Amino acid sequence: MSGMIINDLVFVAVAGFTLLSALGMVLSRNIVHSALALILTFLGVAALFFNLGAGFLGLVQILVYAGAISVLIIFAIMLVMHSEPARTNLFNTSLGTHLAGAYIAALLTLSLSLAIWFSELPQIKGKTVEDAVGMLAQLFMGNYVIAFEAAAVLLLVSVVGAIILARGAKQS
Amino acid sequence: MSEHATIGVFLILTLVFPIAAMIAAWLFRAKPEPSEEKLLPYECGVDTQGPSQMRFKINYFIYALVFLAFDVETIFLYPWAAKFQSLGLFAFVEMIIFIAILVVGLWYAWKEGALKWY
Repeated sequence: MSGMIINDLVFVAVAGFTLLSALGMVLSRNIVHSALALILTFLGVAALFFNLGAGFLGLVQILVYAGAISVLIIFAIMLVMHSEPARTNLFNTSLGTHLAGAYIAALLTLSLSLAIWFSELPQIKGKTVEDAVGMLAQLFMGNYVIAFEAAAVLLLVSVVGAIILARGAKQS
Repeated sequence: MSEHATIGVFLILTLVFPIAAMIAAWLFRAKPEPSEEKLLPYECGVDTQGPSQMRFKINYFIYALVFLAFDVETIFLYPWAAKFQSLGLFAFVEMIIFIAILVVGLWYAWKEGALKWY
């Protein structure tokens, strides 16, 4: 029983941290600070994944989102930013935009809560996957090997496409 | 709970240890008046000149894009590496093919000079 209470405490702490850093990202006037708060949010979400027992997802979250996507976002910001960081991404003060944003946020919250409410998570049923990474490896190398190799081709295409987009292809 | 609790304890220790070291240093050190010279970062490289948050060249963006693709490749490598012993030769060949496809991407990036640092 005490294990459950500790688990709840960890969840509350991690969720609070994630929410605070997400708020910091939205409310920060300096866009570079927003990007740094976004990294903290990614790490908080990764901790939530670990808390839920989805270790592999947490690892992906840290490696890809906190590691690579955040670097990409910071470089993208620093590529196009105003020389004054605080004036790069000004707050929008019109009421219509605020209402539209609130409407979309409410729709997203509603659809996500409904999806969570009506889905039967293994944690609720009381059976969790013991060796998720091992199972994933078995599926990658067994049933889904074609998809696995197709993922390699997709990554290759994305590397080549990124280079061509950024530098332009040579005319032959 | 158990293995994640280890991570939690480790995380708390990594937070507590530097704070404890700083408190201990504060307890024992002499406390003269701070001056501008003393408030500079100690042994943290060269002091910055001008604003540090400024526009970058597009080259850095390409490094980040290429890095992202190979980072995702690492994600695919991880389950295979974790279960290497029990997967056998067939999985090894599959992974060699997987890496060979991605080496083409690395070769292309190299050929186009996307990895050049200027």
